[in-house]
Amino acid sequence: MREKIVYTLGILGTILLLWNFYNIFLVIPIDALQGDIFRIIFIHVPAAITADTFYAVAVIASIGFLVRKNFAWDSLAVSAVEVGTMFTLVNLATGSIWGRVEWGIWWAWDARMTSQLMLFLLYLGYLLMRPAIAEPQQRGTMSAVLAIFAAADIPIVTMAIRLHNVRTQHPGPVLETGGLAPVYWPPFLTGIVAFLLLGTAMILVRLHQETSRREIDSLRRELHAI
Amino acid sequence: MKSGLRKGLAAAFAIARKDLRTEWRTRESLNASLSFAVVILVLFSFAFDLDREEKLAISGGLLWLVYAFAGALIVNRSFARELPNDCLEVLIASVPAWAIFLGKAIACFLLLLIVEFASLPIFGLFYNISWIGSLLPLLLVIALATWGITVVGAALSAVTVNVRLRELMLPVLLYPLMIPLLIGAMELTTGLLNGNAVLSDVRLLIVFDVMFTSLALYLIEFILVI
Amino acid sequence: MHAVAADRVWKYFGDYPALRGASFEVAKGACVALLGRNGAGKTTLLRILASLSKPSKGEVRILGRIGYLGHGIGVYDDLSALENLSLFGQLTGIENPKQAANTALERVGLTRVKDGLAREFSRGMRQRLAIARAFLHNPDLLLLDEPFTSLDDRAVAVLQQLLADARARGSTIIMSTHQIREAMELASDVALLDRGRIIFSGPRNNEMLLDPGWLYRTYGDIRE
Repeated sequence: MREKIVYTLGILGTILLLWNFYNIFLVIPIDALQGDIFRIIFIHVPAAITADTFYAVAVIASIGFLVRKNFAWDSLAVSAVEVGTMFTLVNLATGSIWGRVEWGIWWAWDARMTSQLMLFLLYLGYLLMRPAIAEPQQRGTMSAVLAIFAAADIPIVTMAIRLHNVRTQHPGPVLETGGLAPVYWPPFLTGIVAFLLLGTAMILVRLHQETSRREIDSLRRELHAI
Repeated sequence: MKSGLRKGLAAAFAIARKDLRTEWRTRESLNASLSFAVVILVLFSFAFDLDREEKLAISGGLLWLVYAFAGALIVNRSFARELPNDCLEVLIASVPAWAIFLGKAIACFLLLLIVEFASLPIFGLFYNISWIGSLLPLLLVIALATWGITVVGAALSAVTVNVRLRELMLPVLLYPLMIPLLIGAMELTTGLLNGNAVLSDVRLLIVFDVMFTSLALYLIEFILVI
Repeated sequence: MHAVAADRVWKYFGDYPALRGASFEVAKGACVALLGRNGAGKTTLLRILASLSKPSKGEVRILGRIGYLGHGIGVYDDLSALENLSLFGQLTGIENPKQAANTALERVGLTRVKDGLAREFSRGMRQRLAIARAFLHNPDLLLLDEPFTSLDDRAVAVLQQLLADARARGSTIIMSTHQIREAMELASDVALLDRGRIIFSGPRNNEMLLDPGWLYRTYGDIRE
């Protein structure tokens, strides 16, 4: 049953993604002002939205672990952080490429990119710390605390970046203009849905791996108990 | 309830006094922290050849970089000093977790302030920057930002106390979390030293402090009792 | 009302169950000798009772203030004996911490060296200081993890005296130990922990007093 869900989501997501790529790269007309590189927005922003969604899931799962002490929550948290971090990397990479083509620089300290970089650093710390703790209860608890701290930091990061940009008065290149013309909404939304489907499939796979590990652990437990 | 609070506060202050007393007897982290701060200040003055205007422009950034490094060294010791002779266990069995945390955070705060005030004249000397003029608002910024560093640092000190490679893991986790706080402190300090500060920006520091103090006080129970 | 009640307590460390449904109750004023082989789970159980650790499953109920003496001595090397005990007095909310500290130092025979740093003490002196700390605030519940292990004679005498005083005051004592002989003399009750379960819990009887090994033979694992 679970496998069927994973396959369905995965295949659906992949088809949607490929169809969307076809649309993005070959069908949609891009106005001359923004250039072809603008097409990358359909990967860049949906990746960020997907990553942020999964980070939110991770924080909720972390709180769930602290409250309920059930390791399923911990497994969900680490899976969501891993997949979220992957999408953040996609976002950072596409942002960098876009900046290079559009502005000639590999990295522009614009507000959104900086915010995503911060998220990446925060949750990278989470992923680095986990292997350093051998005991599962301790590992789950410390990870949960770290995830909550990271989430609490995000709104303050937004405040800080805004402050910094205002004070230093660096206009800086902005990668996205505020609004997206309605003609672009379909591929944009499709991109988000595709990423969410694929991401969820990946989380389920990772979750299953964690669950299997715990099953093996509990079998070992029973063996010790005899 | 009230008497529980009073007893807890008394215990917290006793722990703070104890940390300060033992630190004063060995002066391990004070020496390390202060030496590090001075070395960085000297190194930076060699690394860049700056005119007066440029120096003023980076003043806040440099100062808080130094303070952040010094802070990481100090908070690292905070919970680690409870490990010999299993003193941490005795504390946890006798004193509420929040009181242990509060006492240690206060001690770190005061120790870091000592290092900061000791490095300030050195900073003024090497970079020919006068900080006396805006002393009072500068003290406010230093107090608020230092509390932010110590509260997050002490919490992470508790998280990493039993983690492998603690000395490495703590800074890796601490710096990303502190970035918004440091941005605020840097902007304010540069502004104050240049005479064009926007004091309402302390809002950022206050939000950070309130958010993380509450989180840390609430989560410390989960961190210490596994 | 029992002073201590543990209800089907499980504790996992990774995949290893250190405690597997341990249950027992201790009446107020009792002195329990907690026996068991190495790895049976004595330290784990005591730490959970001292609220140093949360059970993975099950409940624990404790009445009153706790005095804990674990494997580590729990004193600060950079503080003097007097400072250590005064600090502990402050932490546990004693009325006059310094006075209590001085009294405690007298009871364990460390008055002469009260201003010496703990790091300079001999092993026996450190142990006596640790004992003084655990008993300082006259706790209602004393949890002692192998307190007699590697104590010198003077420290053993001090500990036995303090335990007797505590019992006279009505404190409850749970003491894990390998030294069955010393424990049996002091104990009013006995509990036997075997591979994470309490397989015997009840009053000390004559057989135990006369032949401490009797308990293991009667209730211990038949397979051995």
